[in-house]
Amino acid sequence: MSSAKLKLLVASTAAAAAVWGCANMGGGMAAKSSNGIPLGSSGPHVVQPLPDRPRFGQPISEADLVAWNIDIRTPDGLGLPVGQGSVAEGKKIYEANCIACHGADAKGGSVYGAMVGGIGSFKTGARVLTPGSMYPYAPILFDYIRRSMPMDRPQALAANEVYALSAYLLNLNGLVPANAVMDQNSLPRVQMPNRDGFLIDDRPDTKAVRCMTNCK
Amino acid sequence: MSNKPERDSVVRSRRNFLRRTAALTGGALAAGGAARAAQLPIPPTNREPGRVIDETAYGMPSKYESHVMRRRTDVLKNRQNLSDWSMTPLQHQPGIITPNGVVFERHHSGTPDIDPKTHRLAIHGTVKQPLTFTMDDLVRYPSVSRFHFHECSGNGLTDWLKPASTTVQQTHGLLSGILWTGVPASTLMEEAGIDPRGKWVLFEGADGSAHTRSIPMEKVLDDALIVYAMNGEALRPENGYPVRLVIPGWEGNTSVKWLRRIKVGDQPWHFRSETARYTDPMPEGKWRQFSMVMECKSVITSPSGGQQLRGPGFYEITGLAWSGAGKIRAVDVSVDGGKNWREAMLEEPIMDKCLTRFKVAWNWDGGPAVLMSRAVDSTGYVQPSVQDIQKVRAIVGFVQHHNAIQPWSVNAKGEVRNVIGQA
Repeated sequence: MSSAKLKLLVASTAAAAAVWGCANMGGGMAAKSSNGIPLGSSGPHVVQPLPDRPRFGQPISEADLVAWNIDIRTPDGLGLPVGQGSVAEGKKIYEANCIACHGADAKGGSVYGAMVGGIGSFKTGARVLTPGSMYPYAPILFDYIRRSMPMDRPQALAANEVYALSAYLLNLNGLVPANAVMDQNSLPRVQMPNRDGFLIDDRPDTKAVRCMTNCK
Repeated sequence: MSNKPERDSVVRSRRNFLRRTAALTGGALAAGGAARAAQLPIPPTNREPGRVIDETAYGMPSKYESHVMRRRTDVLKNRQNLSDWSMTPLQHQPGIITPNGVVFERHHSGTPDIDPKTHRLAIHGTVKQPLTFTMDDLVRYPSVSRFHFHECSGNGLTDWLKPASTTVQQTHGLLSGILWTGVPASTLMEEAGIDPRGKWVLFEGADGSAHTRSIPMEKVLDDALIVYAMNGEALRPENGYPVRLVIPGWEGNTSVKWLRRIKVGDQPWHFRSETARYTDPMPEGKWRQFSMVMECKSVITSPSGGQQLRGPGFYEITGLAWSGAGKIRAVDVSVDGGKNWREAMLEEPIMDKCLTRFKVAWNWDGGPAVLMSRAVDSTGYVQPSVQDIQKVRAIVGFVQHHNAIQPWSVNAKGEVRNVIGQA
C-alpha cells in the first residue's frame, strides 16, 4: 500500500471512529440520524485493508432501470407516473380483481378485513386500521397497490387502473367525491385524516430500574 | 402440519437429566425416590451395523427429533399463508445459534424461487454512478461474517395483558440467532459513489410484495450487510436466497429479503410498511414511526410454558438475552414473581446485537413459583415490565415492540404456564 493511500485509510478510519465513537459512549440509543431517527449502537468495523478497492459493479443508466423504478415518495408523490383513473372506473376494476379477497365495497372478505371506515377510532379502545384511517399520504395507495396487488399477480395493473383503484378506495372512505379523478397532481393533494398522526421514535421511553430485593 | 402447541416437550430430556444428575450425586437429588435401575442390557444398536453412508445426502436431524420444527401460532390464524409467519422452537435450542431449518419466517407474499444466475442487484438514485451486480460479482468482494440476533417487531404481539400462547415458541419464536456472511453495504455504496445529498436508502425485495423500507444512510454505512450466507451455507429460500439485506439490531422487516434494488434519496419514502404497518400505537390516538431498534429483552427458555417439571430438585434455569442497542451486560432471574432477583451467569461469547445465553441453578422446593428474567444492556437500559411499557404507550390492537419481562408460573404439579399480565 502506498503511503498516500495508507494515510487516507487511517484518516477515514479515524473520521469514522470520531463519528461513530459517541454511539458507544454510555447511550447507544442516543445516536441519531440526520433526520432524528435513533440508530442504536455502532457495529464492528474490522475489515481487511485493501491496497486497491475491487470494483465489480457494472454501470447502468437510470433509463435502463425504469421498469424497476416503481417507488413513490409518498408525502409529495414524487415518482407518480402519467395517467389517470376515476372512482367509477375503480369500482369496475375492484370488482374484477380485488373483491374475492377484500369483499364487496371493500368491507372485508374471505381473506382480509375491511379497507373502509375507522376514521376517528384511534382515540377509542379499538383502533380500526384502514387505508382511510391510517395512511398519512394518499400516494401510499398507488405505491402499495402497484407493487403488491392483486396478490396473485402483482405489478400487472396499468397506471390508469392503479389511479382508478386509489380513487375508488378514497371515495369509499369519504375522502374524495364520487366524481373524483386521480392523477399525479390530484392524488398527493388528497388530505388524509391521519396526516399528523405520527411521531418519530423517541425511545427509550420506559424507566425500569434494576431492583434486586423486596421489589414489590 | 399441526398448529397445536407442543406440550410436555422437556419430559424426556428432564427425566434423562435427573437420572444423570442422580448418578453424579449418588442419588441425593433424586427427591422423587427413584427406584434402583435394573441391570442394563446390551442395546440392539451394538449388535448390528448402522445405515451406510449416503455420500450425496444433505443430513437431517434424527427421526426422534421430529417434534423440533417451526410452527405457526395457534392464537392468531391468518386466513392465508402468503403474508404469514412461522416461529422458532426456542425451547429446543441450546446455545445461541438457530439451525437454518428452524429460523423463523415472515413473508409478505410467500417465498420466491430465485435463480442466482439471473438475479441482479441494482444501486441507483442519488449516487455518482448507478451500478448492477450479479451474484458472482457479490461473492468476489472481501466478505465479513457476523453473529447477530434477528427478531420480528411483532414478536410477542399476542401476549401483552393476558396469556394467549402456551409455549416460548409461540410467545418469543419470531427470534433467531444467525451467523450472517456477506459484504458490508458500505463497500457497494462507496463504489456507486456517495453523494452528500443522499440521506436515506430504499431497499426493495424481488418477491411478490416487493417489500420496501427506507433506512437512514448513517445506519447503512455503519454496519448493514449485503448477505448471501447464513450459518455456513447459502441463505435458505425462505430467508432471502440468493441475497438479502441485514440491518443488525433493528426490527426484522428492515432486513429486506430477496434484495434486488437499492435507491438513495434525500428523505424517507413513507411506504405502507413504515406508516400503516410497523408503527406503534401511542396515547391520544397517535402512532410512533421509525421505531426500528429492537430494545433489550430476555426470556427463560427452560423451564418455559407447556413444559412439565419431574419433581422437586435441581433445575437449570436458562434462557436468551439480546439488545439492538449493544451487548448484554447482565441478566437477573427471579423465582418469586419479581420480588427478589439474583444475577445469572452469562455464557461466553457475549457479542454485539447477538443472542446471549444466561443460566442460573435452581433447587425447586416443589411449591408454586413464578420464574422471570430481566436483562440489562451495555447502555444501562433495563428490560421493562408490561406495566412499565403500559405507562408510556397504548397497548391496543396488534402492538409491536413487546420487550417486556416474561413470567412463567410453576404449580405444585410442576406444570409450567405463561402468566403474562398476571404476575
